[in-house]
Amino acid sequence: MRYLPLTDTDRQAMLAKIGASTIDDLFVDVPEVARLDGPIHGLPMHASEMAVERHMKALAAKNLVAGEVPFFLGAGAYRHHVPASVDTIIQRGEFLTAYTPYQPEIAQGTLQMLFEFQTQVARLYGCAVANASLYDGSTACWEAVAMATRVTKRKRAVLSGALHPHYAQVVKTMAHFTGDEIADALPAITAEPDLEGLMARIDEDTACVVVQYPDILGRISDLTPVAEAAHAKGALLVVVNTEPVALGAIKSPGEMGADIVVGEGQSLGVGLQFGGPYLGLFAVRDPKHVRQMPGRLCGETTDAEGKRGFVLTLSTREQHIRREKATSNICTNSGLCALAFTVHMTLLGETGLRQLAAENHRLACLAADRLAKVPGVEVLNNAFFNEFTLMLGGKPAREIIRDLADRGVLGGVSLGRLYPGVEALEHALLVAVTETTTEDDIERLAEELEASIKETV
Amino acid sequence: MNAPNKSGWKPEMQAAESGFLGGPVTSTGNRGLMLKEPLLFEIGRADVTGVDLPEVDASAPTRLGGLARSEAIGLVGLTEPETVRHYTRLSRQNYGIDLGFFPLGSCTMKHNPRLNEKMARLPGFADIHPLAPQNAVQGALEVIHQLGEWLCTLTGMPAVAMSPKAGAHGELCGILAIRAAHEARGDAREVVLVPESAHGTNPATAAFAGYRVEDIPATPEGRVDVAALKARLGPDVAGVMITNPNTCGLFEKDFREIADAVHAAGGYVYCDGANFNAIVGKVRPGDLGVDAMHINLHKTFSTPHGGGGPGSGPVVLSEALAPFAPLPFIRQNASDGSFYLVEEENREERGPSFGRMTAFHGQMGMFTRALTYMLSHGADGLKQVAEDAVLNANYILRSMEDILHAPFGASGPCMHEALFGDKDFTNGLSTLDVAKGLIDEGYHPMTVYFPLVVHGAMLVEPTETESKAAIDQFITAFRGVVERALEGDEALKQAPYYSPRRRLDETGAARKPKLAYEG
Repeated sequence: MRYLPLTDTDRQAMLAKIGASTIDDLFVDVPEVARLDGPIHGLPMHASEMAVERHMKALAAKNLVAGEVPFFLGAGAYRHHVPASVDTIIQRGEFLTAYTPYQPEIAQGTLQMLFEFQTQVARLYGCAVANASLYDGSTACWEAVAMATRVTKRKRAVLSGALHPHYAQVVKTMAHFTGDEIADALPAITAEPDLEGLMARIDEDTACVVVQYPDILGRISDLTPVAEAAHAKGALLVVVNTEPVALGAIKSPGEMGADIVVGEGQSLGVGLQFGGPYLGLFAVRDPKHVRQMPGRLCGETTDAEGKRGFVLTLSTREQHIRREKATSNICTNSGLCALAFTVHMTLLGETGLRQLAAENHRLACLAADRLAKVPGVEVLNNAFFNEFTLMLGGKPAREIIRDLADRGVLGGVSLGRLYPGVEALEHALLVAVTETTTEDDIERLAEELEASIKETV
Repeated sequence: MNAPNKSGWKPEMQAAESGFLGGPVTSTGNRGLMLKEPLLFEIGRADVTGVDLPEVDASAPTRLGGLARSEAIGLVGLTEPETVRHYTRLSRQNYGIDLGFFPLGSCTMKHNPRLNEKMARLPGFADIHPLAPQNAVQGALEVIHQLGEWLCTLTGMPAVAMSPKAGAHGELCGILAIRAAHEARGDAREVVLVPESAHGTNPATAAFAGYRVEDIPATPEGRVDVAALKARLGPDVAGVMITNPNTCGLFEKDFREIADAVHAAGGYVYCDGANFNAIVGKVRPGDLGVDAMHINLHKTFSTPHGGGGPGSGPVVLSEALAPFAPLPFIRQNASDGSFYLVEEENREERGPSFGRMTAFHGQMGMFTRALTYMLSHGADGLKQVAEDAVLNANYILRSMEDILHAPFGASGPCMHEALFGDKDFTNGLSTLDVAKGLIDEGYHPMTVYFPLVVHGAMLVEPTETESKAAIDQFITAFRGVVERALEGDEALKQAPYYSPRRRLDETGAARKPKLAYEG
């Protein structure tokens, strides 16, 4: 077996040293009734690299690859071009096969990278401090709510109706068990989000108000009034961002007064990967909140010779020190995805990120204008970055999407899938456009959408 | 302390003789292949990019609602060659499994097969969207389904929740299922019992889920004190969280008895499966009375640790807890064999599920790697994995215990990790010094100061990845460093000498945290 270096001769010599006659002597503490006497039934026997590759390729071939068709899906996961050098770097064994940098003297590569990552994320979000990553945007969203309840010592969170419904589900799942009260809502199908309605729901018991930016329908609006309304009631503003590329074009949440900014970092470096692993981003605007943050933090220090170096720090917040009093139970985070994000962001830089954002927006505007010309279709949004909502004139979006897939076009995400059973949202379709979208793709979507709408009752 | 010790190691003399530490000062600060590397923000420029994109057309119309960014973000860029060099140089300051022996106990630093990486990057897996229409992603759903079935087979459990994103997230899944099961029968319980030797994530998870955590003591032989546990059971105890094999490296031989007692008292049994790699293919946790157990795919099933993740933590569940599993989950149509997701909308099929823990379906990229690993090893290979891991650990235990305190060495064979303590060291030397001394010898240290039940714990986990020659070499080096600690070698307090950094000031880092580049 190609991954197992011990030979039978080695095994015998080692057993002799141990003073055991057979390997099963080492499993003597396992109750006999629970011991298996041979290879477990139900799994195949070991296989060659070639045979395994054949099996996995056959499974992969059953999926419709995004890059091979006109592709317009978003809703929290975006398809961007990832430069080849990103994958080369993350496959270096020194990064790939290391672990959490518990021994900083021999983990400066990971630690310095994390320090750079934290700085990039903090600046992108307009914040003072970012952590070294969480699992994904949705769990980061819950961690932000939990942190807000610790900071304010209140137990109520107000969710914007235009927060990604899966994020809202994650928050509600967790809050059910922690006893926090979650006030959520459905998105209003309007050209502008209902911020007045949202602000009216903030009261003196509110720990935080959670707003997505750009929101689930792709809309963007100035959140400064929401920050002011929240602060007036002693609540925190949590802003959720699922598309970091957008922040190359629009104001950062920190600039608008957000106290905690969280999001999904998958757009940069990570890829679609059917939903994971992704990259949870978490930052705070005010450094005074650092000690309430969840997750690992990398900090600068010096070594015994006075050289600059980096360590994991403030770990008295964390489970391995504080146990049941920790700020979160998280241990393993998304280190390698953070590296991919950082390498991609380094390649882009300020200039490249702004260009990338401008190109996304340019193509999205083109697509919105073209799709608005399809009979029966309207663009809902006044403002958007690279994703917008189409109203399909009373046609069921889920059926249209399935029909488009049969026509070889992955045309977007139906709100019917995201909000099952909500009649008012059944006829809306989310369309995302990135730099990977071509003008031909847009034309193809417009044509197939027109045909599909005509044929769908 | 210039006299060589028994292992022949002469720190100060060697440093002077070799000229390595006392040698000429270089103008760059580099030492041959050991290259200093500034921070990105010290070498990058705002006007440099490594990606060719169209120039921004400032006159182009926008629909950004008046929110166009006016302030600079504060990012810097590098061209591609500079980027590759910067991160390649940084990588060389890291220790990884590819470089050498990495016996970090409880973390299972085994070889990460490159076939796994290749398979995870097939566009059919890597380039598919989580919300793609299900008829377009049947192969992906099949991967999750097949991996889930095999995890059930290997653990002897009837159901599995695939979405948890790492071990601690899996613990949360299991504990929430327990809480939901109790709530469903109107039985409010408040306490979760956790052994003192548990991973810190166990009490943190139980507390996060709203439980009060109480410790269960250990016996002198390093196992759960069954009598004390039984005495504490009652109508307020929701369940227990027990790691098996435990963090002292021992199999909890009374696990079945514990499980039966917990069940009789109306509680549930959570097993922390971080150490499943010791028993995979040898024992099925389902036969021991487990109700929920997470499996770290990044430990037992070889997905890379990546410098701190991503991991993956599927949770196998008993019949009693299965109905409460989180959304989404995958089912197969009996009629045509196709796969589909059960989500919020499938009101009948979702049953009493406690809800969604994460936006999408879990760590697909880890599923493809773990499935590739399972196919490579097969039923026969996985059994051999457990046997070799346990053999290697016992070999280290018995090769060290004559000079290094092994607190549970008399408790029988260890499982996949050997536990030592520092009580015999002299002259103020401790576990930390041995760990740092091992760095100079070219090894990543073992896990230190965990579990908390042993003074100066050193938890050594060799895994099945190491050859006998590699382990023999490690034992020689480990013995050498331990001898120095026993003899009170002052030089060890300054180790490591030969790493990219000497000991770092962690207290200073925490006192005045500097968590982002300023400037």
